Amino acid sequence: MDILEILSYGFIQRALLAGVLIAVLCSVLGVFLVLRRLSLIGDGLAHVTFGSTAIALAFKIYSAASLLVSLPVVLLASLGILRLTEKARLSGDAAIGIVSAVGIAAGIILASVGGGYNVDLLSYLFGNILSITREEVLIAAGLFCVVMLLLGLFFNDLLAITFNEELARVSGVQTRLISSVLVMLTALSVVLAMKLVGIMLISSLLILPAVSALQLARSFKACIGLAALQGCCSVVAGIFVSFITNLPTSAMIVLINLLFFGCACSLRRLLTPGNSN
Amino acid sequence: MSGEVVRTEQLGCCYREGCVLEDISFTVNAGDYVGIVGPNGSGKSTLVQALLGLVAISSGSARLFGSRCDGFNQWGRVGYLPQSLHLLNPIFPATVAETVGLGLLSLKRFPRRITRQDREKVDATLDTLGIYDIRAKLIGELSGGQQQRVLLARAMVNDPELLILDEPTAALDPETRERFYRMIAEINRSRGVTVLLVTHDTGVIGQHATRMLYLDKRMLFFGSFDDFCHSPEMSALFGEHSQHLMCHRH
Repeated sequence: MDILEILSYGFIQRALLAGVLIAVLCSVLGVFLVLRRLSLIGDGLAHVTFGSTAIALAFKIYSAASLLVSLPVVLLASLGILRLTEKARLSGDAAIGIVSAVGIAAGIILASVGGGYNVDLLSYLFGNILSITREEVLIAAGLFCVVMLLLGLFFNDLLAITFNEELARVSGVQTRLISSVLVMLTALSVVLAMKLVGIMLISSLLILPAVSALQLARSFKACIGLAALQGCCSVVAGIFVSFITNLPTSAMIVLINLLFFGCACSLRRLLTPGNSN
Repeated sequence: MSGEVVRTEQLGCCYREGCVLEDISFTVNAGDYVGIVGPNGSGKSTLVQALLGLVAISSGSARLFGSRCDGFNQWGRVGYLPQSLHLLNPIFPATVAETVGLGLLSLKRFPRRITRQDREKVDATLDTLGIYDIRAKLIGELSGGQQQRVLLARAMVNDPELLILDEPTAALDPETRERFYRMIAEINRSRGVTVLLVTHDTGVIGQHATRMLYLDKRMLFFGSFDDFCHSPEMSALFGEHSQHLMCHRH
């Protein structure tokens, strides 16, 4: 089967389009999150997404419509993590751990009350981008535009608080507002990425392109570009390889990202003077 | 340039663990160069952080350019260089030029964009501080002295009227430290920039600063270095021999 034949399938076209959009979002946001030591926020919010999806399924709300249940719940959870770190004097990882555990607990209880785990809920756990619908692609495209617009508008503020929050405040940046913007954009992306790689593997899409780019980038903008490029390439390659080998797409995307990370580390060693051996 | 730049009245910063600062009253005028000195834990950094609204004031008041510090928003008039050791994430991928450009955000309104004119301003500031040739390097790859100059450039790029430096020389070797102090003194003299500099180097800063502020939770001295060297209170505090060494290092 050649590439053109694979591309002729509607479900492959939808998967590629939605996958690339989501990968760009996650990779770009991942750079800010990794540098702010909030890498695991994706994991925590993914667990909340699991809980919110269980709510949707309990009310027989499926597919694209379930996003409308997940979005507000996960947005609130993202702000909850921030407030916990500010008000309860918790470190970021502890706050993420609390919200994550509550999200998964809510999901388990609702799934249990709703008659146990079913195929729909498991598809959210491990992702199934090849089953993405036209409506979900449109929602992904709409949210992609919103998130990229906000990222563009707040780019320098985000860079400033990522570099140093104290210095950012003295430059007049409203650090609380910008931190809220960052976690809310992350929440939107996590809900979208749920269908792509699944709840269990979302954090890899946020972290791996970012840490690979950090190995090689020679400026902040280059870092953002490299991360986005890796995210796109990993999704496209993951979809093709999984289609050809009949292996799960989400796991394949993660493994290809890991391969890119290994290559980036090796390349850095080669390019760093004194480390050429 | 004239007038009051900083005024504190009975300023206090107290937390659950106790008071870090009590009853601090002083005024800094435009063009002054004030060295803030004192032992470890004396509240030097807390004082400048209170002036910048980074820590809460529990009693008294503090004003910058006539505005209360807790609601201050004229950030374009201020340049700040924090203690550097804990500041820089070594894997942070920003170039020197990108880092310095962030200092211009204080002059901008939403959406804060860095324009071509801004980049020219950044280049001019880097040139003035003698670090133009490293503008494309990553900040994490620089030596301590170079990083300090980059952060000073970041604080200077918006042409501030007040420069607040918190232990800027802590990570530097003595030679680089002396060069740094001379650079700050030159900026103070040639541009009329008011400087508040926190340091442990009482003797060295005394050669450059127009006024000394000695803190140990309370303000124990505020005046010229000459007066500091002849103050019976300081002599009682340090002992005559130590005071002599401090005041006659050069």
